[in-house]
Amino acid sequence: MPPTIAVDHLWKVFGPKADKVVGTPLADLPRAELRAQTGCLAAVRDVSFAVEPGEVFVVMGLSGSGKSTLVRCLTRLIEPTSGEVHIDGEAVRAMNPKRLRELRRHGVAMVFQHFGLLPHRQVVDNIAYGLEIQGVGKAERHRRAAEVLTLVGLDGHEHQYPDQLSGGMQQRVGLARALATDPAVLLFDEPFSALDPLIRRDMQAEVRRLHAEVGKTLVFITHDLAEALSLGDRIAVMRDGALVQVGTPEELVGAPADDYVADFVREVPRADVLSLRWITRDAAPDEVLEDQPLPAGTVIRDTIERVLRARHPIPVVDGDERIGVVDAEQLLPALTGHRPPVPA
Amino acid sequence: MSTAVTDVTVPAEAVDPAPDPAAPGPRRKLPGRRTLILLLVLATAAVYLVVRTSAPADDDNPWAFRFFSGVRDWVDANRDTSPLFLYGFNYLRLGVSLLVDTVHGALYGLGWAGLVAAAGALAAVVAGWRIALLAVAGFLSFGVLGLWEESVDTLVLTLSAVLLAVLIGVPLGVLAARVPAVGAVLRPVLDVMQIMPTFAYLAPMTLLFLIGSPAATIATLIYAIPPAIRITALGITEVPKSTVEAATALGSTRWQLLGKVRLPLARPTIVLAVNQAIMMALSMVVITALIDAPGLGQTIVQALERVNVGAAFDAGLAIVVLAVVLDRITTHAAHRAAPTTHRSVRLRLAGPVVAVVAVVAATVLGRMSSWGAEFPAAWRASFAVGVNEATRWVEFHWYDATEALKNVVSAGLLDPIETVLTTTPWWLFLVVVLIFGALSSGPRAAVIAGLAVAGLVGLGLWQHAMQTLATVLVATVATMAFGIVFGVLGARHDRFALVMRPVLDAAQTMPSFVYLLPAVALFGASRFTAIVAAVIYAVPPVVRLVERGVRDVPATVVEAAVSSGSTPRQLLWKVQLPMARRGLLLAANQGIVMVLAMVVVGGLVGAGALGYDVVAGFAQREDFGKGLAAGFAIVLLGVLLDRLTQGAGRRADDNRLRRPAT
Repeated sequence: MPPTIAVDHLWKVFGPKADKVVGTPLADLPRAELRAQTGCLAAVRDVSFAVEPGEVFVVMGLSGSGKSTLVRCLTRLIEPTSGEVHIDGEAVRAMNPKRLRELRRHGVAMVFQHFGLLPHRQVVDNIAYGLEIQGVGKAERHRRAAEVLTLVGLDGHEHQYPDQLSGGMQQRVGLARALATDPAVLLFDEPFSALDPLIRRDMQAEVRRLHAEVGKTLVFITHDLAEALSLGDRIAVMRDGALVQVGTPEELVGAPADDYVADFVREVPRADVLSLRWITRDAAPDEVLEDQPLPAGTVIRDTIERVLRARHPIPVVDGDERIGVVDAEQLLPALTGHRPPVPA
Repeated sequence: MSTAVTDVTVPAEAVDPAPDPAAPGPRRKLPGRRTLILLLVLATAAVYLVVRTSAPADDDNPWAFRFFSGVRDWVDANRDTSPLFLYGFNYLRLGVSLLVDTVHGALYGLGWAGLVAAAGALAAVVAGWRIALLAVAGFLSFGVLGLWEESVDTLVLTLSAVLLAVLIGVPLGVLAARVPAVGAVLRPVLDVMQIMPTFAYLAPMTLLFLIGSPAATIATLIYAIPPAIRITALGITEVPKSTVEAATALGSTRWQLLGKVRLPLARPTIVLAVNQAIMMALSMVVITALIDAPGLGQTIVQALERVNVGAAFDAGLAIVVLAVVLDRITTHAAHRAAPTTHRSVRLRLAGPVVAVVAVVAATVLGRMSSWGAEFPAAWRASFAVGVNEATRWVEFHWYDATEALKNVVSAGLLDPIETVLTTTPWWLFLVVVLIFGALSSGPRAAVIAGLAVAGLVGLGLWQHAMQTLATVLVATVATMAFGIVFGVLGARHDRFALVMRPVLDAAQTMPSFVYLLPAVALFGASRFTAIVAAVIYAVPPVVRLVERGVRDVPATVVEAAVSSGSTPRQLLWKVQLPMARRGLLLAANQGIVMVLAMVVVGGLVGAGALGYDVVAGFAQREDFGKGLAAGFAIVLLGVLLDRLTQGAGRRADDNRLRRPAT
């Protein structure tokens, strides 16, 4: 089965001679230097990754790192400068306008940071907009809109207007609008950064629930590391337009690819993210071990009590194979290590 | 990301080396500039004293007049044979005439009762019942003033012109906003159209379309279309990018985006465009009385010619009432069109039905009954006698004061300026415009202004242009003085602003013609009258721009200045006025263009010069060439003044933007 989304050496350069940059020595220049020399801004630089069906793929980076441009390149809301995007095996850049519209109407839907709702339409007609422009009849699209309205928990609000709803509810409408056309892929462009922290947590839970229920492939853009760690099956870290590291939350925290990522994840409580496999040591030749082993995939936080109460080191197993042992000595750095060093 | 794209040119500027490495920066440059300007002024004065002439009269029949007369003779001879007219302008005239006749037939077909009901019903549906009451009362007042037919004629021309302006202007506005090339072509054209004084449109219209309603409608259309295009384009551009992007991401086609997203979201702005078009049309329709259009304008022009202020007052009142009614209906309709206004579906459907029933009932009743044929004479009332008595009283009791004011301004300010301007040889004037234009607005604006000066010379109306310019300068100085005082007061005292705002609102909805009335009542027919009218006409927008400029000074800056111990006076002079400089220059630009428009109209009440030439051109066939030339001269004068002042505003802006970089 091909990956749902495959991105291959994707570039997006803004500026006067954007097409004269890729493939020349200019492309190797750092972003600031390129800008000084040509006035061009390389928003996305040689990005490649693949998203598997049903996966939640998070792209994370600071503002200006190019992540919003990247996600817009996937459906050519912004035209890429070079490289290729395949969605379900089909080359997106080769699509004619008609086929591209088909893709946007049926295949890939998007949720935006600033919602982008139509203020002159009631909630139900906002949600049905995607179906309306496909030419679906009124009764049918309202029936479908009512369904997704229930799914996102907005029952009873269908005849209100967007400005009568709170920010969180407006974003639920945005989510419902994206779900209404039943796309296989949902793109989220920092959907919750405009919301209050409490609402944001609710909405994140909502996305996890929806993902579990409807099983779509999600690409999720965020600048919030906690959000990335809690949602992502895999996370891609972007910096200055390029991908720095792609990996599971564990890999990012446990083995950051460079200082930039390390800096990012420094304050993450490692014990909450890492599993035992990151901290085991080999048992000494005649060491006495506990009888009951722990599975290697267990998150460290969940083992604290057992490890600290145990009289001997506990063996850690991956399936049947013992990969090492863990004791309090191993645990402590994971529990304390994320704190920034306190000045003397 | 896209915001980052806009400033990609920054590095290019940063790379640019400082043009003059010796110049240490703006601080030491300024006094140098000031000395330079002082020296230039002294030099100009010296040259003037040496080369001044004795104000030679303009050539009686220069090349330009003969040329325009020739054009007219050719047009008259070929109107029915040349294909340009046979298949072009004549059909245009016929089509517009058909439209005017249709609207005319429709409005008169309703009868007065039906039309009053229709105005009320329309207002009720689009703007609410309060406005409906205002509309009914307003339309009834036309009959009460004994000006029913004149008012309806004015309404017919206004509606016809606005209909065309909207039909052409809204699509053009959408195109201008969506197709960069169209926008780039339209912008300079609209710029010029908007600084053209109303008078300048008339003569070419009569040439192409003869006199009467069609020519009047087309002139009005041309005058009213720039705001329709501009504001529509603004509305379309202002549609939030995020909304358009969301709709695109769902797979909307271009037409779906336009019909379902852009137009609905721009709707309130487009209604506002219609409102502006109506206001412009109304002020132009009145002036088209000069090319024989029927309506209230005729009444005013005739009354002004006989200096019968009372008769003009009734008609002026009717125009103001019409303007206020149309303005309120459309402004409230714009508010209601906002996408955030939500009304129940039942009300939305029931309203129009009730309204149509009411109009039909009123029409049928009016047609069938005896009182419906003509507005009942018993209800008539007129202010004419009272106003004439009041005017006489003023003339009798204030004569000394008004006469003294008139004479002091004329002898102390107007005459000297006029003398200097008229005795300056044209080439010296041209050199001065080029030098000072380049200093204040940059070389480009200076060249355009210089070309305008050369054009004035070529038209053979140099002396008249300079006389008009002198009047404009005096009126502008007065306008700016009043405007700044009131604007600053309004910005600093909320209560004052609260009182002033409705006055400004009312003033800005009045067609320019109306402003002649109080001026004539006080000062009779003279150059000074035109100045007074121009000042009354131009002060409201200037006040508004000045007030906004001062109020726009960021609250944080004001707070910082106050917290460091500035007195209110220091705050005004050292912070608010300097920071509002751009607003002030914009106000000066706007003011000067409006003053010119009104000073020219003042040709009707004794201001002479270019305005009179235009009016005479309509009246006497042998003066047609001169009239047309005067119309062009007015446009050139407008371009000259606009370039010199608008450039200054832009320059101030540039300087402020650049300062941190240097």
